[in-house]
Order: sequence, then C-alpha cells, then structure tokens
Amino acid sequence: MKYIGEPITRVDGHEKVTGQAKYAAEFNVPDLAYGVVVSSTITKGRIIRLDTSRALAVNGVIAVFTHENRPKTAWFDVSYKDQDAPPGSPFRPLYDNEIKYNGQPVALVVAETFELARYAAMLVDVAYEATPCDTDLLKHLDAVRDPNPGVMNIFKPLPPKPRGDADQAFAEAPVQQSAQYIHGMQHHNPMEMFASTVEYGKNGFLTIYDKTQGVTNSLLYVTQAFNIPFNQVRVVSPYVGGAFGSGLRPQYQLFLAVMAARDLKRSVRVSLTRQQMWSFGHRPATVQNVRLGARPDGTLTSITHEAMAATSQFEDYMETVVNWTGKLYPSENATLRYKIKSLDLYTPLDMRAPGGVTGLHAIESAVDELAYKLGMDPLDFRLKNYTERDWTEKDKPFSSKELRECFRQGAERFGWATRNPEPRSMQRGHNLIGWGMATGIWDAAQVPARAEATLTVNGKLRVRSATADIGTGTYTIMTQIAADTLGMPIDDVVFRLGDTTMPPAPIQGGSWTASTVGSAVKSACDALAKTLFRMAKRLPKSPFVGVGFDDVQFIDGAIQLRQNPSKRVSLLEVVSRNRGRAVTETATSIPNLIKHNSHSRNAHAAAFVEVQVDEEFGTVHVTRAVTAVAAGRILNPRTARSQIIGGMVWGISHALQEESVMDHRYGRFMNHDLAEYHIPVCADIHDLDVVFVEENDTIVNPLGVKGVGEIGLVAMPAAIANAIFHATGKRIYDLPIQLDKVM
Amino acid sequence: MRPFRFTNAKDAASAVRSLTGNPNARFLAGGTNLLDLMKEDVERPDELIDITRLPLTQIRTITSGPNQGGLSIGGLGRNADAANHPLVRQNYPLLTQAILAGASGQIRNMATNGGNLLQRTRCPYFYEVSMPCNKREPDESSARAGCGALEGINRMHAIFGWSEKCVAVYPSDMAIALAALDATVNVRKADGQERSIAFADFHRLPGDTPEKDTNLNHGELITAIELPRNRFADHSYYLKVRDRSSYAFALVSVAAALEMKENRIVQARIAMGGVAHKPWRALKAEQLLVGKEASDATFRQAAEAEMAGARPLSHNKFKVELSNRSIVRALQMAVNGGKA
Ligand SMILES: Cc1cc2nc3c(=O)[nH]c(=O)nc-3n(C[C@H](O)[C@H](O)[C@H](O)COP(=O)(O)OP(=O)(O)OC[C@H]3O[C@@H](n4cnc5c(N)ncnc54)[C@H](O)[C@@H]3O)c2cc1C
Ligand code: SF4
Repeated sequence: MKYIGEPITRVDGHEKVTGQAKYAAEFNVPDLAYGVVVSSTITKGRIIRLDTSRALAVNGVIAVFTHENRPKTAWFDVSYKDQDAPPGSPFRPLYDNEIKYNGQPVALVVAETFELARYAAMLVDVAYEATPCDTDLLKHLDAVRDPNPGVMNIFKPLPPKPRGDADQAFAEAPVQQSAQYIHGMQHHNPMEMFASTVEYGKNGFLTIYDKTQGVTNSLLYVTQAFNIPFNQVRVVSPYVGGAFGSGLRPQYQLFLAVMAARDLKRSVRVSLTRQQMWSFGHRPATVQNVRLGARPDGTLTSITHEAMAATSQFEDYMETVVNWTGKLYPSENATLRYKIKSLDLYTPLDMRAPGGVTGLHAIESAVDELAYKLGMDPLDFRLKNYTERDWTEKDKPFSSKELRECFRQGAERFGWATRNPEPRSMQRGHNLIGWGMATGIWDAAQVPARAEATLTVNGKLRVRSATADIGTGTYTIMTQIAADTLGMPIDDVVFRLGDTTMPPAPIQGGSWTASTVGSAVKSACDALAKTLFRMAKRLPKSPFVGVGFDDVQFIDGAIQLRQNPSKRVSLLEVVSRNRGRAVTETATSIPNLIKHNSHSRNAHAAAFVEVQVDEEFGTVHVTRAVTAVAAGRILNPRTARSQIIGGMVWGISHALQEESVMDHRYGRFMNHDLAEYHIPVCADIHDLDVVFVEENDTIVNPLGVKGVGEIGLVAMPAAIANAIFHATGKRIYDLPIQLDKVM
Repeated sequence: MRPFRFTNAKDAASAVRSLTGNPNARFLAGGTNLLDLMKEDVERPDELIDITRLPLTQIRTITSGPNQGGLSIGGLGRNADAANHPLVRQNYPLLTQAILAGASGQIRNMATNGGNLLQRTRCPYFYEVSMPCNKREPDESSARAGCGALEGINRMHAIFGWSEKCVAVYPSDMAIALAALDATVNVRKADGQERSIAFADFHRLPGDTPEKDTNLNHGELITAIELPRNRFADHSYYLKVRDRSSYAFALVSVAAALEMKENRIVQARIAMGGVAHKPWRALKAEQLLVGKEASDATFRQAAEAEMAGARPLSHNKFKVELSNRSIVRALQMAVNGGKA
C-alpha cells in the first residue's frame, strides 16, 4: 500500500486556508432573507403575551414567527425525533407557550438584511409568567433515577449487572479508598456557529446548507417534522467548522429556517450567535462516587463506581460513564451504577469523549490515590490489575489490546522510571513540579454505511459517501483508502461527502467514521475493481483470459498480472472502451457481527503528564505530556497525530479551565461567550508528544482501524490531577482545577 | 444592535460639541468595548462619533507645566503603540508590562488609550440584559434593578470599596499601572477648555451611583494621559494573576513601583486591579514600606496591613490571600528589576 499509513497532507487544506471552503452560513443564494432568533430569558413558565408589532413596524422586516402564528408542522412529537434523539419527547421549537429552559427560542424575526432582523429581534416584547426552576444537580443527588433505555444504548450501554458483593468486599479490604468527583457543564463551542441556509427552489424544492455531523439525519428530521417527501429536500454540508458532537442532532436553527422558507416561499438563512451556542446540548453536570478496596499486594478486590448526571425534563440523555472502569479493572466484586435527574435544562448532547472523559477522570484519579495508599507506583498498580478480558461484556477477550505497550512506550518516552514518588519532591525555581499518569480507553465501533466509487471517462476515481468531515481529516483518509484500493495516484482520486444525493452514511461521531465510512469506501472500490477486471478480461486481446481476480493487482493506475507485470491494462483503457460512459459501483459495508459479538473492541491509551505549579498563586501549567495510543492501524499519522494533540489540549482544558457557569437562581449560563468561557490559549500549551503503538486488529473491521477522535482526550484530566497531587500533595476532586482550589 | 447615526469627527472641538448636544451619542474609538456592548443591547447610543482620525495619537516628552520632563500619551493612540514606544519601554516599563498583560494582540492593536480607561466592567450580570444590574438599570423602579452579583456568581468581583448597590470590578490592566504612576488625564470640555484629572479622582467607587464609572462628564474628550517623571524604572513590576496564561481578565493584579537606595525603599507605589470598582491604590502598604529595608517580611507586613480592610464576597474569599501573595511577589520582582 502506498498511501495508507503515510502522513499525507490534508487534501482539503488548500481550500480551507484560502477561504474557498464554504460553510453553512456562507452559501449565498439569490433573494435571501435573514432570520434572527429571539431567546427566552426565563427558564421555566409560560409566555403570557408576545407583542411583535414593534418588530413588524420596522421597514424591511418580512415576518415574525412565534408559537401563535407558526405554520402547521407535524402533529406528533415522534416526528421530531432525529437519529441521535434520546428516549423522550424531543424539543419542538415554537410549539406552544411553555418555556422549558433558559435560552429557548421564542420567536424568529425574518428581514431583508441580517442587521434589520437583529435589530427587530430586540423589539419583540415577550411577557412571561415564570415559575421556580431547578437546575442544580448537586441539590438533587438523593432524587436520581434509572434512565429509560433507548436505541442508542446499543452504542452507549447501560452499566452491567453487579458482580460479587462490592460492599462486603470493601468493608473487608485492608486498603480502602473513596472519594467524590464533581464535573460541571460544558458547551461544545466549535469555531463555526450553527447556521442553516435554506434555498427555496422550483416547486418548493429545498436545498439546505446545514451545519451538521450528518446530512442524512438533517434530511430525515426535516422531512418528518414538516411532512415533506424525501425527493423534495436535499441537505448539503461539505465543510464543518468543528462540531465535537454538537452537530449530532439537528439544532433549532434548521427547523426555524425551513419553517420560514416554506411559509414565505423564499430562501432564508438562520444563524445563531455565540451566546445562543449555549442554548442547546451540552456535556451534563455529573457527580461520581468511587470506592475501591485492595489487598496489600495491590490486587483490587472491590470497585463501586456510581455516576449521577443531569438531563432535561423531556428527554433521558445518557452516556457511558462507569462501564470503562469495569473494562479496565477485573475486580471480582464490582458495582457500577449510572443514574440521572431531570432538571430544567436543555437535553445534554454527546460532547467529545462523552462519558469517557468524565468517568475516567474519577476512576483514574481514585486508582492513583489508592496506589499511594498501597505504597505502589501508579503504573505498577495498573499492571498488577491488568486484564485481557472484559467482564462487563460477558468476559469476552479484547479484539486487540496493546495497553501494556502504551504503558511501556509512553513511560519510556516520558522518563517515568526516574520519578520519585514522594509528593513535593521536585522543584523548579519557586514552582513545584509533579508527574502523573492515567489510562485511557474508548470504543472501537463500526456501523453500516454506503459508498459509491466511479471511474470517470478520464480515468479518474471519484468516490462519494454522505458522511461529514468535522475537521478530523475524513476527506484525506478516504482519498488514501480509495487510492490504495484501486492502485491509483492520489492526485487522480477525489472523495466527496456531505450531500444527501450521495449514498447514505451514519452521523459522524463516537470515533467511528474512519472504520465505518472507510470500510464502505473500501467495499465500493473493491466492487469497482472487480467490475473493471471483468471488463478488462473482455477487451480484445486481453492479457487476462483465464486469469482469476486474485491473480492480478491494481497498481499505478493499471491492472497487472502479479506473476508477470508486463501483462497489464491501464484503467483508462478499460473505461475508454465503455462506450463513453463512466463505470460506477456502490457498496454497503456491514460490520462482521460474528467477529464483533465474540470480542470487546476498544482503543487504549496511556497519558503521562508533567505539571508546574506556582503554589502561592495556584496556577498550573502542563509543561510536558506524552500520550501513547493503541488504536489499531493508523491510516494517516499526520491527521491522527492532530486528533490526539487536539484531544490532549481538550484534556488540559477539561482539567483546568472549562466550565459553563450557571446562576441556578435564574437557570441561566453566565459566561456564555469565549472571553469568559475559558479554553486554553496558545500560551497554555507546551510540549505535547504522541506515540502510536503498533496494534494489529483483524476483528474490528477490514481496515483494522479504531478511530482516534476521543482516545487522546480521555486519560488527560486524571493524569493532570494526579500530577498536581504529586507536585503539591493536594488531591483536588472537582473540575476544573482553577487556581483558588490549588493555592 | 439598534440603528444609530454615524459621523466622523473633523476636529476635537466639533467632536465635543456634537457629543454634548446629544445625550445619547457616544464617541467611537477602537470600538472593542463599545461595539460589544451595543451588540448585547447594554449600550444603546443613537449616534456614534468616530474620533479615531483626530490627531491625538502622539507620544512625546512634556516640555512645560507640572509634569515637565514626563511623558504625554495621546488619548487616541493605540494600546499596542503605547506599550511598545521606546520612551515608554525605557522610562515606564510598568506601563508596557501592564498593557501587554491585557486582552490579545489584535485587540491591543485596535484599542485606544482613552477607550481603555473607559472600558466597562466585565460583570456578567451587567452584560446580560435579562439579569438584574444597578449599573445598567440605575432606575430603582426598573424591573431589572438590583445587583445580580451581590448574592450570585461573584468569584471575579470586588473585595474593596463595594456597596450593596454594586460589587463589580474595573477590568483595565493599563489603568492599574497608570494609577501607580500617578498619571493625570487631560480632557477637553464642552466649552473648549481643557482640564486635568488626577488619576485617583478619575474612576469612582460605586456608592449609590454605580452607573457612573468615572468623573468624566458627558461630552468630555480624553486628549492625553500624562505621566510625571519618576525614578521607578529600575524597580517596577506588573503582576497579573488570571485563570489562563493570556486573554483573561485579572483575578488580582498588582502594579508595584519602587525607588530604591541600595536595599532601602525611598518611595513605593502599589496599585491593584481586579479588587475594586476602580484601580485600588494600596496606600497603607505604601506607607509601611517607605524608609524600610526591602525584605520578604516587610513586604508581607505591608500586604497584610492593606488586606486587613478587605471585605470578600461569597465566592471570592480566596482573593484576600491571593492579593497578599501577589503584593509580596510583585514587590520581590520589582526589587529584582523585574526578574524572578
Ligand atoms: C475579549 C476581550 C478581552 C479583553 N481583555 C482585557 C484584559 O485582559 N485587560 C484589559 O485591560 N482590557 C481587556 N480588554 C478590554 C480592552 O482593553 C478595551 O476594550 C479597550 O481598551 C477599549 O478601547 P477602545 O478604544 O476600543 O474603546 P471603545 O470601545 O471605542 O470605547 C470605550 C468607551 O470609551 C469612550 N471613549 C473612547 N475614547 C474616548 C475618548 N478619547 N474620550 C472620551 N471617551 C472615549 C467610548 O465612547 C466608549 O464609551 C479586553 C477586551 C475584549 C473584547
Ligand atoms: S456588581 Fe454592579 S455591574 Fe454587576 S450586577 Fe451588580 S450592579 Fe451590576
């Protein structure tokens, strides 16, 4: 293979840095009207009066849509369910006068220009009758309950049944550790704000440019909610300016833009403001209790890990928080619990490494603290309790697990062996230095997808699948896979995505796109190869008479006999004999369930971190970090490294800075802009290093890939918290670890 | 954002005249604060008078008057230019450090010196029009009267000089250095006359009128900031403690300037940011330092004397000890000429 595994530069890089790549709010269509959303300023209650007259009086305002005058949409709430909808009743914009959360859209002002719409939106007078709201999870820990399971539980399983007796084993354990960990809410805040440009075409045909992680999802949502036939809508989303999970569900601007366009019979764009990026899904607040018991030799004998998380009043969002603990540690006695509490918030939404970054912070901090109580090196403790089987999934073996190698190579690169375990033992000037480590684990999922491969009459390869590239490098790796499968120079290959006229692919999330769409691309290209070979055999004077498919290889844009490379036919020649027509094949890739069901499939990582703490001020800098990753085959070390580095930066953010702060008296987020919602700046990021550990996996999918979107993130927060302990002797359980907690 | 009239000021006199004639007009300088507030509907001017073309950008040595030998910095000069001017770097490194500790490179390129002094608090309740805030809604009968932060989220808020009406802090870094350096602010009044305002009298404590950040009258134009000559250049330091390494407002900041004779402190200036509704001059600490030998114990004593008067709120108790340590560290750094 020529391209797979090589650090190919991004094929869409040039378009992006030259501004040619267009995002949802940048598609300019003729006669466009602009919509601006008016957001609720209360959290719970009713709209008792809504006066739009002042807004409508503004010259240039076309319409103001509210619950009172909105056009009819689907009657039943199930019609508003998208592919990622948790169990419950989805939020319906402008449905009635009830307010369910702060920032809820209450009106859409449509005007000839954006500026006019924005102005008129300020003139919409809304009077509310507010009732007291409940938004603070910490006040309701005694009222949590089991989540209703939904279809998504296939990918986000509920905790396994307990095994053994964790309580008794804990009571009997000579060495015990227990603590509570608190995580606040976070919002995805991709660079690009949510926007939809709806082009109103002939006979009401809608072309929708949407910010989404799945055009198919947006299409299904729109056609159901508005009761429009599939063939009347096309959703396009070639570029996404980051999403991190926020685009897994259609957001309300899509609904509002479609509603307005259909009613006005005119093209409409609705884009949200940065502040409105706090008015939908988020990472939920979560409180976790971890209790561990061990024998003096370090064997874990009891694990209790319970998580309590917030959801909305209308949907039971859940994520996998505690199961990771079971996958990593084989204690004979273990209870894992996951509970939720409905509060007056919007429904949470998967945010990069949902549940994983939360749960692993708790267990990997707890394990470190226990290792200290045992007087063991935290790395030795993890090796002592290493497992080759996953008891949370019927004790199946892992499809592959090179975590041991991650520990070894990561530790070596970092220099872990020279660490003095004593807290406060390292200093640099007036700063304390600490080293910490933690384990990471994430799913290696694959779901069905479809792709189409075409050899054009010019002998170029064009491959398409309706997936998304949220900045991760999907365009690039799919181009590599296609080029290698058909043995073509990469410059002759174009991969296209993000359009519902293409074969469907699932929403892009959970680090499954490389495996899922990659497998589909490979299948389609394999199918095309077979067809081209058949055609080559039928050519006059074909060198392949009597030759089987396995006897040839596709190389340098030609089919050639393995045994005798001089017997070859170029692909251009094959297609040129096709009466002026391109050759196309479509294929669906389906996960191999037999292989899958007999194995637990995960990517692993180990993070090693150095922090520098100015104890007087409590300021923490992550001065150095190494993450060793075992994620199957690495398709492109350049884009994969970017993913891991980005994950590590996010881990630093999660551990030290990031939190959506709410005033629970009002149920409103108070730091809803990027000046006050802190994520790291360049000056916060120092030396980050990535080691990819070789891992061969023949179970996960034909490509042997596991995805790298989340695995770089999950181990970092605990590694940082553990390093802070090593530096200062202080355990800090609540994130983010801001300076007042350290000083 | 609401519609407004936009005009270009031709000269200072007409700028002042236009503004005075319209109580709802505002000067537009760099716009980095004003435009944000307009987008949030906090500021609702019906007229913006662009003053950025007025020739008030020079930085020059003052040749006459009480500040003779000092430096005059044009009110409409950009923050970045002020920070990097050779005379500022050489004679007032404290000011350079303070400006460069603020905002980001892009914002400092836009922001003007006069605009910087007049930037408004970052109190999130002030920014959020759906929340109660006396500074934004001074009318007591308003539905949004009250102070959201007093019993709300007030980690960033004041520990000195606040009132029940308002607990906000003033966010500028530049101004903290200017307070320590005893600057004066020159303004042009509606009648065409100039007046000078001592820095300590420029910003206000909230008292019963939190809507008033400063003692500048409507229609007055900041033409220049004057810095007197001093002997602090070798021993000054601006320390800013914040939640990330850059692009964050101060939780606590300390501008420390010392005049030293060997190890003895001849003169001391300490101003603090992030602790009050105006740059907080630590006069008690200054008094304690003068005439003393520089030592950690003396610094700590001075800091504690100042901080004894602090009144923290529910979320910001840590600021008191953080301030203590910040004063000590800033003084240590100043003694060592800015080096750790
Ligand atoms: C994200 C962000 C982060 C920031 N971080 C920091 C920080 O860490 N530290 C810090 O110190 N600052 C910070 N700032 C604030 C920044 O320094 C100010 O916005 C800037 O200095 C204001 O200057 P300007 O010229 O843009 O003022 P403008 O926004 O143009 O004006 C501000 C006000 O002053 C009035 N005005 C302006 N010039 C004059 C004049 N000559 N005479 C009379 N009135 C005048 C205007 O009418 C207006 O009311 C930050 C800003 C942003 C947006
Ligand atoms: S502290 Fe001041 S600015 Fe903040 S809410 Fe209270 S009155 Fe308003």
